[in-house]
Amino acid sequence: MSDSHSEITLTARKLCRRFGARLVVDDVSLELRRGEVLGLLGHNGAGKSTTLQLLSGCLLPDSGEIEICGTQLLRQPLLAKKQLGYLPEIPPLYREMQVNRYLIFAARLHGMNAARASAAVADCLHRCGLESVRHKRIGTLSKGYQQRVGIAQAIVHAPDVIILDEPTVGLDPAQIRDIRGLIRELGDRHSVLISTHLLAEVESMCDRVSILHQGKVVFDGTTATLAAFGGTADSLENNFLRITGVAA
Amino acid sequence: MIRLIAMRELRSLLGQPATWFTLALLQFILAWFFLARLEAFLEIQPQLAEVANAPGVTAALAAPMFNLITLLLMMLVPMFTMRSLAEERRNQTLPLLLAAPVSAADIVLGKFIGLFFFLILLSGSVPLMIYSLSFGTALDHGLLLANLAGLLLLMSSFVALGLYVSALTVQPVVAAIGALAILVGLWLADIGAPENDSPWHALSPLHHFEAFNTGLLDSGDVVFFVLFSGVFLLLAMRRLNNNRRYG
Repeated sequence: MSDSHSEITLTARKLCRRFGARLVVDDVSLELRRGEVLGLLGHNGAGKSTTLQLLSGCLLPDSGEIEICGTQLLRQPLLAKKQLGYLPEIPPLYREMQVNRYLIFAARLHGMNAARASAAVADCLHRCGLESVRHKRIGTLSKGYQQRVGIAQAIVHAPDVIILDEPTVGLDPAQIRDIRGLIRELGDRHSVLISTHLLAEVESMCDRVSILHQGKVVFDGTTATLAAFGGTADSLENNFLRITGVAA
Repeated sequence: MIRLIAMRELRSLLGQPATWFTLALLQFILAWFFLARLEAFLEIQPQLAEVANAPGVTAALAAPMFNLITLLLMMLVPMFTMRSLAEERRNQTLPLLLAAPVSAADIVLGKFIGLFFFLILLSGSVPLMIYSLSFGTALDHGLLLANLAGLLLLMSSFVALGLYVSALTVQPVVAAIGALAILVGLWLADIGAPENDSPWHALSPLHHFEAFNTGLLDSGDVVFFVLFSGVFLLLAMRRLNNNRRYG
């Protein structure tokens, strides 16, 4: 659980990003502390994925600053990215590779040496429930397993900041439960930022919520604050809809 | 990091049946050509013996073989380079590299080296076949080394160009056709230009290989290949960085 004394691992200040004339991310500021799971909530097209791409260094912001564990992402990208694990919307999987080898590649790509990487992969396979498919080619796995390999890739090098873009998409209920448990567990030691449009997900995993609407942060607070928003103990869903301006 | 990316590139190439098929077919063509040239040489050898300063086995056999493989590589290299960056983009695997602590230079150089080693593997049989002749006769090592150096430089320029074209597009097929069009275009412009001092000659990698093919090491040609490869590698790195800018 987070408290205001734990160290800040990720800070984003006044991020803006345009695609052509359209302002997709508008003055977004976020803060993430160690041991915290932050949910980025919003309708489709609210700018969640773009914000996460900016934070992961895959996309450059037009203006604003990003700091990961005290390192400026835009000034020293190589140093900052060592502390970062990122699962994009579509998991970046090499379909012809074996799960095992792929994860070793991902770990070494983040600067682990061969010995540390194979130990980290063994641990990660266990945590993500991938032991039974470790020697299978990724292309032959089901969608749920592929998603898990994607998550495994983001956490294998034990980064301080983990960014997951809709991690439970395409999973069956049992897998969703497992992955939520895993993310909760990761949230104890690392900082996790997940994007989702599922309120149940926020309720079960996140300590804090930021709601994005049309590229702007329209709500930032704990899950409890969202539940009590506007003085009524309404359902999360109704409060979310009210905040984003869609009639409940 | 560069080595890691190079190894993955090489593994991914060797993991494909199409690669092995091409490899096998190419070896067959090369071996066929080698044996046919050897037979022709043995037939005319008695007549050559009566001529003063007749071409030796290296000039009669090795030079045409190197010439052949450069022409084949011109058509094959785009098939191997097409996937390198275009497919990463199409399969959405590029974020793995972009979000990892590696620079665009690491990514491009890693892919370049992986492909380059693969091409060494692909064309390695040519010097092996020619050196097998040294069991029976003396070879002109100077000529062979010049050809080998020229072949390596030529391959690096082809790979660099192919990588750059692959960085421009999402479709591997477009990357292959684009690189092939540029390489064949430069070659046709080169052999089509009648005057000796036409600028088209200076632009074509295959023209710069000709001096190596006759055993001549010209520093001007070496500089051309280094510049050609360097420029396209830099352009590919730039393209990858622009990827972050324009999404």
